[in-house]
Amino acid sequence: MTTDAEGGGSRRDFLNIVGWTGLGIGAVAFAWPLVHQMNPAADVLALATTRVDISAIAEGMNVTVMWQGRPVWIRHLTEEDIQTANAVDLNDLRDPEPLEARVIQSPWLVQIGICTHLGCVPLGNRSGEPRGDFDGWFCPCHGSHYDIAGRIRRGPAPRNLDVPPHEFVSDTELLIG
Amino acid sequence: MSADTPTPQFRGVLGWIDHRLPVVSLGYNHLVVYPTPKNLNYWWNFGSLAGIMLIIQIVTGIVLAMHYVPHADMAFDSVERIMRDVNYGWLLRYGHAVGASMFFIVVYIHMFRGLYYGSYKAPRELLWMIGVVILILMMATAFTGYVLPWGQMSFWAAVVIINLFGAIPLVGDTIVTWLMGGFAVDNATLQRFFSIHYLLPFTIVAMSFLHLVALHQFGSNNPVGIDLTKKDKINFHPYYTVKDVFGLFVFLTIYALFVFYAPLTFAHIENYEPANALVTPAHIVPDWYFMPFYAILASFTFDISIFGITLMDAKLAGVLAMFAAVLILFFLPWLDTSKVRSATYRPLYRIAFWVFVVVVLLLGYSGSQPAEGAWLLIGQITTFYYFFHFLVLLPLLGKIEKPLPVPESINKPVLPTASAGAQAQPAE
Repeated sequence: MTTDAEGGGSRRDFLNIVGWTGLGIGAVAFAWPLVHQMNPAADVLALATTRVDISAIAEGMNVTVMWQGRPVWIRHLTEEDIQTANAVDLNDLRDPEPLEARVIQSPWLVQIGICTHLGCVPLGNRSGEPRGDFDGWFCPCHGSHYDIAGRIRRGPAPRNLDVPPHEFVSDTELLIG
Repeated sequence: MSADTPTPQFRGVLGWIDHRLPVVSLGYNHLVVYPTPKNLNYWWNFGSLAGIMLIIQIVTGIVLAMHYVPHADMAFDSVERIMRDVNYGWLLRYGHAVGASMFFIVVYIHMFRGLYYGSYKAPRELLWMIGVVILILMMATAFTGYVLPWGQMSFWAAVVIINLFGAIPLVGDTIVTWLMGGFAVDNATLQRFFSIHYLLPFTIVAMSFLHLVALHQFGSNNPVGIDLTKKDKINFHPYYTVKDVFGLFVFLTIYALFVFYAPLTFAHIENYEPANALVTPAHIVPDWYFMPFYAILASFTFDISIFGITLMDAKLAGVLAMFAAVLILFFLPWLDTSKVRSATYRPLYRIAFWVFVVVVLLLGYSGSQPAEGAWLLIGQITTFYYFFHFLVLLPLLGKIEKPLPVPESINKPVLPTASAGAQAQPAE
């Protein structure tokens, strides 16, 4: 940096700083639309919620619905499920979480049916599919076993199955998202 | 390249790379110390502007292709989705559509600059011819791109342009069917147009590099049109980087005014109606940058015959004339017989140049009008003059014109001591 007689920056320094700053701001302003266009579009965001009629889901029954392009599993927990889940020592869990923390309104367990390892859809939500060593869900991609509360028990997955934001609008209607 | 500034030995990481892959010194020699005539005026900005427009079109095009659906049933709706739902989709699409027009404006000005200052003359003939190849590739890219929104104008432009090839004797119909991928313009046509529209810009990039290689072989022409010595040249950086950037800001301002305030200036409103194979719009016209050529096509309303024998029907004659209007540019370096490059020193050619500019504008305007009555006649007269200019006037002017004295060096007309050198001998 050159200095003038009073020891301050020169006029050229000032113009340089202003010029490069302006160019930088301009470049970012140019780049932002090119980047942001890859984010979800308005019509995709408009599908942010899903409503489900849960009156027909009997005890012990699993249902799969789509929410934001992803499968969401709704299980009507049985009394036995709840006892089994609560009997587990939280210290044995990789992602310690009691069943109550995963359920907003018993007996409805609502979770995103995507393995937290690398995004496969685990088996076990349909009858006849393998349910893993803990009688919940089993991801065949890399062998993650989830229990009946959707908690990771064995295999590479780092977290329990995610619980999507949801609320019960009425006794029969569930709003996901 | 520059004798005055030897290529420095790059040190450190740059030096290590440059020793093995000399891209650093390549960039240095061609973008920093590249010797550029010191008398270039603002008409020389349009080359770099064209390069920047090419980049803008490719970047916006790539992101538009992330949202566009090349299918006859979905293309129109996917374009409307880009306009309404995709983040900044309106900006990207208007930027791309207006950008096509801006690209052509820039390239046409770039070409007229070459015509005025004789930039196509020896030893820059191949430089000019590569430029003509780029123009043709641009036209094919623009046309295929115009079809993609699959509106009424898109659809019928595809129908009409593909049917041009039906004028070819014997095999015309077979070629038309082959181009369409069916017996009418339909989904197969749209999908191949999308593929071609994505491919051609990259061939333009390749040709642009050849254009630059040819340019840097002898360096830029200049407004005086004489061969320059080293002392008449200055480094590209910072002198012309700064000038190009200034021109770019002025240009981007104009571009932005269209994108933000008048994005449909160059558009046809009929294209907001989805393609309908059953109804042709009453008056179909191509985009403005094709108008002069379209006028040449439309001006052949008569069969060409000698002694009552039809040599060529009107359709074939019009198609051939339209293609010839572009292809004749390849022969320009030899059609112009004058050795003097710059029109500044060619009093007759200077007049012919401006008449030619007016004729091309008139051609363009007549092309936008229904092909009947006075505008048809004007289209026919200007079509004749277009070819007359290249085939008769340019060869003749070189013979009969007496050029003004051309200075020996660009220093002479500027420096005070130059009065003695002003009486340079006529160069011929």
